[in-house]
Amino acid sequence: MPQINQLAAVAYSQFFWLLLVLAIIYFGIGHGLLPRIQSTVDARDRRVADDLAAAQSARTGADEIESDYRSRMDAGRAEAMKLVQESKAASARTGEEKMRAAAGEIAARTEAAEARIRAASDAALAEIEAVAAEAAQDMVQRLAGLKVSPEKAARAVKAALHG
Amino acid sequence: MAAETKIDPMHQFQISPIAGHLDGSPFAFTNSALWMLVVLALIWLFMLGGMKRQLVPGRWQLMVEGMTGFVTSMLATNIGPEGRKYVPWVFTIFMFILFANLLGLMPLALVGAQPFTVTSQFTVTGVMAIISFSIVLVTGFWRHGFRFFTLFIPHGTPFILKLLIVPIEFVSFMVRPFSLALRLFVAMIAGHILVDVFGNFVVQGINAGGVGPAISLLSFVFIAGVMALEVLVCAIQAYVFALLTSLYINDAVNLH
Repeated sequence: MPQINQLAAVAYSQFFWLLLVLAIIYFGIGHGLLPRIQSTVDARDRRVADDLAAAQSARTGADEIESDYRSRMDAGRAEAMKLVQESKAASARTGEEKMRAAAGEIAARTEAAEARIRAASDAALAEIEAVAAEAAQDMVQRLAGLKVSPEKAARAVKAALHG
Repeated sequence: MAAETKIDPMHQFQISPIAGHLDGSPFAFTNSALWMLVVLALIWLFMLGGMKRQLVPGRWQLMVEGMTGFVTSMLATNIGPEGRKYVPWVFTIFMFILFANLLGLMPLALVGAQPFTVTSQFTVTGVMAIISFSIVLVTGFWRHGFRFFTLFIPHGTPFILKLLIVPIEFVSFMVRPFSLALRLFVAMIAGHILVDVFGNFVVQGINAGGVGPAISLLSFVFIAGVMALEVLVCAIQAYVFALLTSLYINDAVNLH
């Protein structure tokens, strides 16, 4: 086994070169490059963590804004609904009033028209009575040769017409 | 002739000088030292790819950050917030072992280089284990003083059992650096010997004729499987070394 056979001849050389190499790695890399590489990693990890936290807070904020928006939307919708209902009720009320007013006017006009009709028919009746009285007076004179005063004839016609 | 070639699977672990002689001098530049420097260069190159420090990492940066994050989180889960102090050392051994293991598996012989697995030398694994163990001892005594010895006394042990358990705990504690060093060393050397031996079977089977080529094919398939396993072992051994080091440091930092 050369490791044992050569031990005396190579041991110091092995130790020297090994310690030299290990020292260079230990101080140059272990204490030189390694901390800087690790600090890059740490900085990245921190950055990722920060970004995640920022994203989380942004998300929470967005959620808040959304719920706020939603509640305002709901309120607005409710308001609009109320307005619609109110205006609907108001328009229904005014329509009803107008209807009522129109109905009143129609009734008044109808009444007036009826009154006029009644007056006209009364007048016509009176005229008929007069004509009938005259006709009766005339008929009595021609048939019986009697002279009847217009008052008498009128009274007789009225009695005959109205029973 | 070729059929009579002696299989020498240990040759790959031979350390040979590139400059100077192997005379016990610490400055002798060997192939082992060369491969350590190659490992160093590769690790450095790899890490430089992670230095773009972009907010959105590219593939390379992501790989580097995966490595550093892996070690950092391993220490954070095993030791706690204090584990950050020990990241440089654990990262150093983790990367060194991982790169050395994988580099030793590369088929560099195809381009004429003689590959050498640094982690198959117990001088190398031993030094790393001793440093890890020293960190444990220094941290333990620095933070807890002599109370560090209570590590050997599990909570709520009856006095009679303590007499038995304390020596056992002490021995298991002292064995730690050896198990740490030998585990990696043995895993590497075993895998490489296995691959080397069966690689020789392939060549010898082809040269032998008769049923030889069939055996060659069988060995080749076997090597393919073993190589896949070895790649896994490379990563696992680096992980185990780093994990056990962090667990031992946890003992020293938090006692029980």
